Amino acid sequence: MDMNRRQFFRVSGAGLAASTLVALGFSPTSALAETRHFKLARTTETRNTCPYCSVGCGIIMYSLGDRAKNVTADIIHIEGDPDHPVNRGTLCPKGAGLLDFVHSENRLKYPEIREPGSKEWKRVSWDDAMTRLTKLMKADRDANFVANNAAGQMVNRWTTTGMLCASASSNESGYITHKAMRSMGMLVFDNQARV
Amino acid sequence: MTNHWVDIKNADLVLIMGGNAAEAHPCGFKWVIEAKHHNKAKLVVVDPRFTRSAAMADYYAPIRAGSDIAFLAGVINYLIGNNKLQMEYVKNYTNAPFIVGEAYGFQDGLFTGYDEAKRSYNNASWGYELDEKGFAKVDPTLEHPRCVLQVMKRHYARYTPELVSRITGTPKDKFLKVCEMIATTSASNKAMTILYALGWTQHSQGSQMIRTAAIVQLLLGNIGIAGGGMNALRGHSNIQGLTDLGLLSNSLPGYLSLARESEQDLDTYYKTRALKPLRPNQMSYWQNYPKFFVSLQKAWWGAAATAENSWAFHYLPKIDKIYDVLQAFELMSQGKMNGYICQGFNPVGSFPNKKKIVDGLSKLKFLVIIDPLNTETAEFWKNYGEYNDVKSEDIQTTVFRFPSTCFAEEDGSLTNSGRWLQWHWKGAPPPGEARGDPEIIADIFNRIKTAYVKDGGAFPDPIVKLTWPYKIPHSPSAEELAMEYNGKALADVLAPPDPKDPKAPPKVLAKAGEQVSGFGLLRDDGSTACGCWIYAGAWTQAGNQMARRDNSDPWGIGQTLNWAWAWPANRRILYNAASSAPDGKPWDAKRKIVQWNGTAWGGADVPDIRPDANPGDADRVQPFIMTSEGVARLFAPTGMAEGPLPEHYEPFESPLANLMHPNNPKARANPAARVFKGDLESMGSAKDFPYVATSYRLTEHFHYWTKNVKTSAVLQPQQFVEIGEELAKAKGIANGEMVKVSSKRGFIKCVALVTKRIPQLDCDGRKIDTVGLPNHWGFVGVAKQGYLVNTLTPFVGDANTQTPEYKSFIVNIEKA
Repeated sequence: MDMNRRQFFRVSGAGLAASTLVALGFSPTSALAETRHFKLARTTETRNTCPYCSVGCGIIMYSLGDRAKNVTADIIHIEGDPDHPVNRGTLCPKGAGLLDFVHSENRLKYPEIREPGSKEWKRVSWDDAMTRLTKLMKADRDANFVANNAAGQMVNRWTTTGMLCASASSNESGYITHKAMRSMGMLVFDNQARV
Repeated sequence: MTNHWVDIKNADLVLIMGGNAAEAHPCGFKWVIEAKHHNKAKLVVVDPRFTRSAAMADYYAPIRAGSDIAFLAGVINYLIGNNKLQMEYVKNYTNAPFIVGEAYGFQDGLFTGYDEAKRSYNNASWGYELDEKGFAKVDPTLEHPRCVLQVMKRHYARYTPELVSRITGTPKDKFLKVCEMIATTSASNKAMTILYALGWTQHSQGSQMIRTAAIVQLLLGNIGIAGGGMNALRGHSNIQGLTDLGLLSNSLPGYLSLARESEQDLDTYYKTRALKPLRPNQMSYWQNYPKFFVSLQKAWWGAAATAENSWAFHYLPKIDKIYDVLQAFELMSQGKMNGYICQGFNPVGSFPNKKKIVDGLSKLKFLVIIDPLNTETAEFWKNYGEYNDVKSEDIQTTVFRFPSTCFAEEDGSLTNSGRWLQWHWKGAPPPGEARGDPEIIADIFNRIKTAYVKDGGAFPDPIVKLTWPYKIPHSPSAEELAMEYNGKALADVLAPPDPKDPKAPPKVLAKAGEQVSGFGLLRDDGSTACGCWIYAGAWTQAGNQMARRDNSDPWGIGQTLNWAWAWPANRRILYNAASSAPDGKPWDAKRKIVQWNGTAWGGADVPDIRPDANPGDADRVQPFIMTSEGVARLFAPTGMAEGPLPEHYEPFESPLANLMHPNNPKARANPAARVFKGDLESMGSAKDFPYVATSYRLTEHFHYWTKNVKTSAVLQPQQFVEIGEELAKAKGIANGEMVKVSSKRGFIKCVALVTKRIPQLDCDGRKIDTVGLPNHWGFVGVAKQGYLVNTLTPFVGDANTQTPEYKSFIVNIEKA
């Protein structure tokens, strides 16, 4: 009979049933000694890549929830992927602490704005922030776009607004960022590969 | 990396220089240990610090920060002087026999063509002597006084072991021991791998440091072979990917580049990019540039890119100069910029001379932060006492802060330093209202596009006509984007006519609408679209190749060709046709990668040569297919800002004169490095700042990111500097005491860690001490607050890449 500690107490609460079980030769001793089930056995595994250095170690993320619509997944453990040909299951001290990055108290959660001269952040909606930002960007581009240089050559560039892109973001994110920003004529455009 | 992480296990000698793999890439470094244990490999470490890589080394030699070219130039001199070259390789696979033109010269530390006022070179005099057909002249005997080998021999003969030791501070016997160990790999059955990282890139002459090492590897025949290569370990998890995708001021995806403003039409634009072969029968693969470029334009502008409008050539901006990060903050400090967006980037922490960075941001109208975490840049306007002493009320910048997802909350691929594109999956939703980066960018783009459609404005065409075929326009999926950069056929792609049967109907290689299987299918007639040609093959008709998880290694040499996908063409070792001798047979039967089987190339990797290129042909196709020479360049007639051969220059801030050119002040530091007015004045002199400083990472932290992570903050909670025992004694500083480290640009205060691991060096009879500055603290995070190390660093970069000189500058240190 496979019974864990909690089930045993539930059963023994039934009194008679418990003594019957004992009478039938099912001693509670082994049930009491059994540890609870390994938590990770009930989690969902997702393969990912460590976002820190460029070794690109494979990791497995374990999350609560079974991807059902009414459950919000929550990552509770991260470890090295033993199938990965480079890291073979190992992680360095940073990779081993990835869970604390995912759940860092300094994760940003809401769009915010700091007004000129202000000493604090103010929470705003995505819609308001985006409306304001894109107006600023378009106004700057319209005012400062250079279609032709002094020599009359066609140059179509915008150099008064720039962007730094994230080299810890995915290729897909990098690709769409490049495509969208370059279409505006942006030249002040770099990523961490420069530094 | 030319090779990849697991391949390190095939090395006989591992040289770690300009990097510290044990601490910065711990899980990759295990392959060095694997090589030691199972391949009897030796590990040599050359570094200013006795790092944990050095602790595992068979031999360690100290070096003064910033003097690596002198050291490696001395190695070249040793190899040539002692006849320790892999001669067959050098003769056949490098430009050693090529004859340099008569106009080339080098004197007093300057090459011909220098313009002092512009601090730049005209490289016209560095070219080869050409024959009447336009091919470079060669001398296979290698005896012509102007053949590359002879020119090099003269150039590097000046780097004697005595002089190298005086410049680098490496004791002569240690230098010679390293030379000896390196020279053993000139045997055709021995391989050395060189592992380097930011310890080489972050110098005003960083690109040339790397080139000097590449020359060493070519002379030894160590490029293109298992266990060999020039292996850049690189920084962030997708720094390789973002470089590949061209997110740099003057780049386009796949190492294409934006036109200069003088290049007003496609023919002019292609002329310096689609290079014709400089030797008969060579592939000169960049000849295909128009195919890659037109396919990119079709991916971005679809039907709006036509032959008539030169494939929307003018939809792309033309450059007058490179707007790299230093240039950007120079413009900001001059008040010439209004807006700046920081996506997962913390310039206040990461860029040199923090004061100039904060001053620049303070002059912006608006700053946008897109990040999963809080950063110093997001709060540059906030007073954090001595850590960030600013007046918020004086800073008129509007700052937007947008929360983004982290790795765990998105699907997509990252490209590691071994060029593997590895797919990952989302494990949980992001906190609060955080959004993915593509979603944020799509929102910005769609709103701006809508405004241009509605109201018009400056040159709306490239914006309103940009292809946006995503099923959910405000949230393009990772799958859609990956399929787009892989590329597809817009019309049926036909094979070229078969020369044996020219009248047969051409074979259809891909039907209209299908994903292309590789860049060989791309066309310059508008019939293909491809967002990044080197990534063609990542998501084919067979599906997502980056998500493959078969880790089998059938050859037992670490070639897991079915794990993820590597660019280009799933090739794991670049230039691998050089793993075979000129007859197509492996140099070493135990080290086979690809070889000629009589009819085709094949083996344990995807051959890096035309599969049917018979090595028995006269003027055979050579293995360096990307160069117009077909062979590797020991001498670079084009491509390098400060000369065709690396030469030692001092860091911009240095306690020493340049001993190579003591009488020419123009050749003290890199003559071709760009220096902005005002930044030279903010450089210190050795009188006030007598110590060499170098900044670096610790194992427990990743830049300014992990101080937001509790585990890392617990493991390394507090800022410190490392100094040697001699310096500590001289300054009366005890281990654990608070010290103040200052440069001409500012100061930091932290705990001193007194250690034997930073040796004092004897350079030209002077005692030189080094101050080691770990990077990771700042005024935001869950670790103890600290000072940004980049308060101290100088605002000057490498002449080619503009990567700032974080690794060698000067400071003073005193008790706080």
